[in-house]
Amino acid sequence: MIESKTVDLKKYGKPLLETMLHDMLQIRRFEEKAGQMYGLKKINGFCHLYNGQEAVAIGSIRALDLGRDYVLTGYRDHGHALACGMDPKTIMAELYGKATGSSRGKGGSMHLFDAKRHMLGGNGIVGAQIPIATGLAFASAYNFKLGKTPDMGVTLCYFGDGAIHQGAFHESLNLAKLWQLPVVYIVENNAFGMGTAVRRASAVVDFDVKAKSYNIEGRIVDGMNVLEVYDAVRDVVADARKTGDPYLLDIKTYRYRGHSMSDPAKYRSKEELEQFKLLDPITFLKDAMIAAKLLTEEAYAALDERLKQQALDAVEFAEQSPEPGLETIYEDIMVENEEYANAGHHLS
Amino acid sequence: MPVITYREALNQAMDEEMARDDRVFLLGEEVAEYNGAYKVSKGLLDKYGPHRVLDTPITELGFTGLAVGAALAGLKPIVEWMTMNFGILALDQVINNAAKLRHMSGGQLAVPMVIRGPNGPAEYLSSQHSQSLAATFAHLPGIKVVAPATPYDAKGLLKSAIRDGNPVVVLEGEMIYGHTGEVPEGEYLIPIGKADIKRVGKDVTLISFGKPVLMLLQAAEVLAAQGIEAEVLDLRSIRPLDTEAIYASVRKTNRAVVVDEDWPIASVGSHIQALIAVNCFDDLDAPVEFVSCEDVPMPYNHHLELAVQPSINKIVAAVRRASYL
Repeated sequence: MIESKTVDLKKYGKPLLETMLHDMLQIRRFEEKAGQMYGLKKINGFCHLYNGQEAVAIGSIRALDLGRDYVLTGYRDHGHALACGMDPKTIMAELYGKATGSSRGKGGSMHLFDAKRHMLGGNGIVGAQIPIATGLAFASAYNFKLGKTPDMGVTLCYFGDGAIHQGAFHESLNLAKLWQLPVVYIVENNAFGMGTAVRRASAVVDFDVKAKSYNIEGRIVDGMNVLEVYDAVRDVVADARKTGDPYLLDIKTYRYRGHSMSDPAKYRSKEELEQFKLLDPITFLKDAMIAAKLLTEEAYAALDERLKQQALDAVEFAEQSPEPGLETIYEDIMVENEEYANAGHHLS
Repeated sequence: MPVITYREALNQAMDEEMARDDRVFLLGEEVAEYNGAYKVSKGLLDKYGPHRVLDTPITELGFTGLAVGAALAGLKPIVEWMTMNFGILALDQVINNAAKLRHMSGGQLAVPMVIRGPNGPAEYLSSQHSQSLAATFAHLPGIKVVAPATPYDAKGLLKSAIRDGNPVVVLEGEMIYGHTGEVPEGEYLIPIGKADIKRVGKDVTLISFGKPVLMLLQAAEVLAAQGIEAEVLDLRSIRPLDTEAIYASVRKTNRAVVVDEDWPIASVGSHIQALIAVNCFDDLDAPVEFVSCEDVPMPYNHHLELAVQPSINKIVAAVRRASYL
């Protein structure tokens, strides 16, 4: 169980704190709306909500420069997509499978991408994004070594505590250290791999030790505290950018909802869930800001209203958007080579 | 014209493309200091250095997935799988990521990478090291698959594969790395998706890809001595498949024998057999014959392993059946 903490807000500055509060609450309200729309069968298939884990995506992605850094995650990806600046409308439309969705209705909830904002998925196979993320870090190191960039972009690679036992994780960490690749592996340790508690699936419960066998530094971070996440990620990203050292962060968090929308989460007690809700990352930051006189209840209520309306607007946009045409079935599969040759380097 | 080996032709292709484009790099087991398990990458480490020619640990899933990520970022990785058999460990990254990231991102991403290595039955290697996985790759929308049979084709197809904006699997032949053939000096490309008539004939069309094409050419000699002029159609590429070339040849000869060193069920060969049967129905004078490996894992014993695979005798017999002789 994570202990509640007090925090010194001064060093962050009001604008950053406001941004982080806004961004976490944006995810919460978006996910609540997505859950509702799923219940109404407007959204179908697999849908994994991020409620409770908001501090992980926001604390970490706010420490990045998305002009040169990259983000990859698993299928619980709505939070990361919003954190990277994707428009809630195009995300909701993608959840609806509409033509205006971020992947033109080809990807759905698990496959949110925004190449311009360096949000590279959205992967539905547990742990499969880990080698890919390692490859993006490889490209950053490669271009740096060839003198093409002044320093290295850093890749953040998120996955759950269930993914850490996959070979993809272990093979990637070994390669990352062997070749000095600037990637930060982030275990979003929400204590459950689907319905299996971490202690039933893992011989160890703290994953920083997994880093040690690859000569990588591992750290444990409180994922209910957005500021602690931000500090930890900013610190390791700054170092990785210079040295190419990979890192592993075991960020302890908790998901409020089931694994996916079809999961009633009967494998845990109501009391356990309520205990974690006392540590809610949004309430934590809000209360700290109010105590520090950086926020008023009224301002928070207004922000909340605005974000609820934004989620409603996203639903309205998705509702009004057209279904993709059948002629698009054969599109978005192969690159036309002429187009490829002319486009050059397709990720900025 | 210079005569070089199949492995030298592949080496020239990588060398020329690495010199031309510094986004191209090679990674795989033993490709650098050892110069390649089959010496295909000989000399490339010395020429391009350890940043661009990388020995990997034995982690096919890890380094293949790494290449997918590098390709997303705009690099052009060439992944050498020591053999396609070891690449089975990496299939999740091929099937679920290399082939699908463009699609799942609604066309935002591209994965310009090459996966190459020896495919197909070899000799004295038993079941795990001696098999064709062509159908596994040919099955996947989102990738291209080529299978060169000659040094000339190996160089031209690999160069095209490296320049392609899509994932391309290059199926090489372990048994033909030492084969020689004429390869012109300097630049040439062979387009992916175009079949090649390796021998012109009028009586029957023999169709295959990769190493068995050489067996078709030998079989055609035997048939010529029996008064049958066989046309040999080398597919060169099995995805995309040059169906027009297949149909044009069969419409000329009215008989077809498809040869594939893969297992028979759900194979490239059985697919082509079906395509011809449906699309050339009115042109056929006989049912389309199909010669494949037997539907068994490869045995170690040489006598048995040869009996399992397509052979000149089996092909000649199939042609004679198709000719009602």
